[in-house]
Amino acid sequence: MSTLALGLGQLFDGLSVASILLLAALGLALSFGLMRVINMAHGELVMAGGYLMYVAQQHLPGQSVALGLVLAFAGCAVLGAVLELSLIRWLYGRPLDTLLATWGVSLMLQQAARDLFDPTGVEVTAPGWLSGSLAFDTGPLAGLALAHVRLFIIALAIAVLCGMALVFERTRAGLHIRAVNQNRAMASALGVHSRRVDLLVFALGSGIAGLAGGALALIAPVTSTVGQSYVVDAFLVVILGGMGTLRGTAIAALLIGTLSALAETFTSISTAKVALLLFVVAFLQFRPRGLIVTRSRALEEA
Amino acid sequence: MSGSIRSVALAAALLAAAPSLARGDEVKVGVLHSLSGTMSISEITVKNATLLAIDEINAAGGVLGKKLAPVVEDGASEPATFAQKAQKLVQDSGVVTVFGGWTSASRKAMLPVFERLGSLLWYPVQFEGNECSPNIMYSGAQPNQQALPALEWAIKSGYKKVYLLGSDYVFPRTANLILKKHIAASAGMSLAGEEYVPLGGTSFGGVINKIKSSNPDVIINTLNGDSNVAFFKQFSAAGMTAAKLPVISFSIAEQETATIGPKLVAGHYAVWNYFQSLDTPGNKKFIAAYKARYGADAVMSDPMIHGYLDVYAWKAAVEKARSFDPKVVRKAAAGIDLDTPLGKTRFDDNGSLYQKVLVGQAQPDAQFAIVWSTEAAIRPEPYDALSFPGKTCGAPK
Repeated sequence: MSTLALGLGQLFDGLSVASILLLAALGLALSFGLMRVINMAHGELVMAGGYLMYVAQQHLPGQSVALGLVLAFAGCAVLGAVLELSLIRWLYGRPLDTLLATWGVSLMLQQAARDLFDPTGVEVTAPGWLSGSLAFDTGPLAGLALAHVRLFIIALAIAVLCGMALVFERTRAGLHIRAVNQNRAMASALGVHSRRVDLLVFALGSGIAGLAGGALALIAPVTSTVGQSYVVDAFLVVILGGMGTLRGTAIAALLIGTLSALAETFTSISTAKVALLLFVVAFLQFRPRGLIVTRSRALEEA
Repeated sequence: MSGSIRSVALAAALLAAAPSLARGDEVKVGVLHSLSGTMSISEITVKNATLLAIDEINAAGGVLGKKLAPVVEDGASEPATFAQKAQKLVQDSGVVTVFGGWTSASRKAMLPVFERLGSLLWYPVQFEGNECSPNIMYSGAQPNQQALPALEWAIKSGYKKVYLLGSDYVFPRTANLILKKHIAASAGMSLAGEEYVPLGGTSFGGVINKIKSSNPDVIINTLNGDSNVAFFKQFSAAGMTAAKLPVISFSIAEQETATIGPKLVAGHYAVWNYFQSLDTPGNKKFIAAYKARYGADAVMSDPMIHGYLDVYAWKAAVEKARSFDPKVVRKAAAGIDLDTPLGKTRFDDNGSLYQKVLVGQAQPDAQFAIVWSTEAAIRPEPYDALSFPGKTCGAPK
């Protein structure tokens, strides 16, 4: 395997890590940016998506990946909506309380997963058309193999990102979301039902987290703790990207995914993680509000 | 007055100490495994095998005319809980010995308890060696009964360049430390690379690229738990097969293979002292008895067999010593010929078990076909001479 092939291989791996990070972080960016809710249970929504994918594979005919992803999205969106209506709604404006309350929710969801399913986790088998890889056997790229399942996840992330951008830029609901994000008081004064927007955004973000879990299930086991390993990285992406911006989140996910994959090439995995955290800390010294800053005239931003 | 208080205290102390002696027609033994938490899936089956042995012994008349009364405690996958429960078993329940433990962390937590209380623990899992307590009987493989024969087999099979991949904790680190010394000392062998993934890590894309670019002949895998699922999934998705690059695993048995997906593991290798497919009269009897009690779908594994044979080894030692006193039993345990599912074997003076080493190749039905075996049982060496020169086990106290 040549150096070029290794470099491209790591870059490809970074892209696929970035795709999952992006899917996991989008919902978080929305709820954190829009509602100032620190949702520690976000990782468990990713987990729930993985389990729903498993349920779809076990009980729905055809073992269709698309059907599983739809179920993961819809199920997690409903779960998110229930969470918003029953808990988050009552804690707006108290970020530390949301942190504690949602952490409790995350523990409950984890235990529920252990009780409902096997305590050691479950397996989702990628269907035949996803289990191969695009391999280069000759030429300068000999040894490079792009796994179909990773290509699929990258495509899924791009599709979700484009879909979100369309919703944000082209629909009335998206207009309302942007309005509330920039200036909640002013948007409310102009007749936007901001609480309804919150519910919509939270459900949408949860649904996308479910998609992340569904995608993740194709390459890793689904366990009750899978969310925990992604929620920290997802917060990292949100903070680096700047709160509540699609573009910032996308760029930050890309940066973190590829940088950590490249760092892993040269050092051990633990050292790569340390280097990445140091990079983010250093970066925030120069741009404390992240890569992309949403300008706003709302007083709360001052 | 003060004299009577003293005698009451003395009587109380005697009463507290009394349970540690066998009373009436029963003697208590402790069984301490994780029945909850992340390790429970592995440990519950070992607990089952241990209880099976206890029941068989009781059905055949017990030990020294006494029935065994098992006291089962849950270590909850937490080393601190293991230490607590070990103390509770020995001091409060008054058991004469304890069968249990799985992770090295749980064993290291229990070790001081057994040394302080002068009791005896039977530990059934392969481990990294470099430890030799007079209060523990180690029936699982020492490094020279798993890691080193695996390397020997790899050399014999023509694999020259080895990649070491493991989870980041004491067993993989120590096993690989020993392997590296032996790779460096073997002519023609070389190390392609070494990588540790955090316990429970599931991202292997980068590691697999590094493995491919370093171009090894074989991977020696000491990953533990869920990480194996992610590794084999991503390894196969990256276009790697057992024919292109075989993986030799130390922590994957029949049960794990079924969980990971037999298709993904088929063709790769595992090294243990026992496979379910092992053809001995003792094993056939064990499998039949276990399935009759716990269901026809039950799958056997190496640690289960060691948990099972530990009870019989303890029984043999008690009968030879004609006493339940842990110190006397420990001394008597070495050298007794045992007829086990592994075949005929015995414990060494250093408290570990003589055993053969087997290399199995995973089959599509999640069973292993035994492709190689050491000719004779190998003497256990807690301290590898090349890696820990000069360290030896003391005589049992």
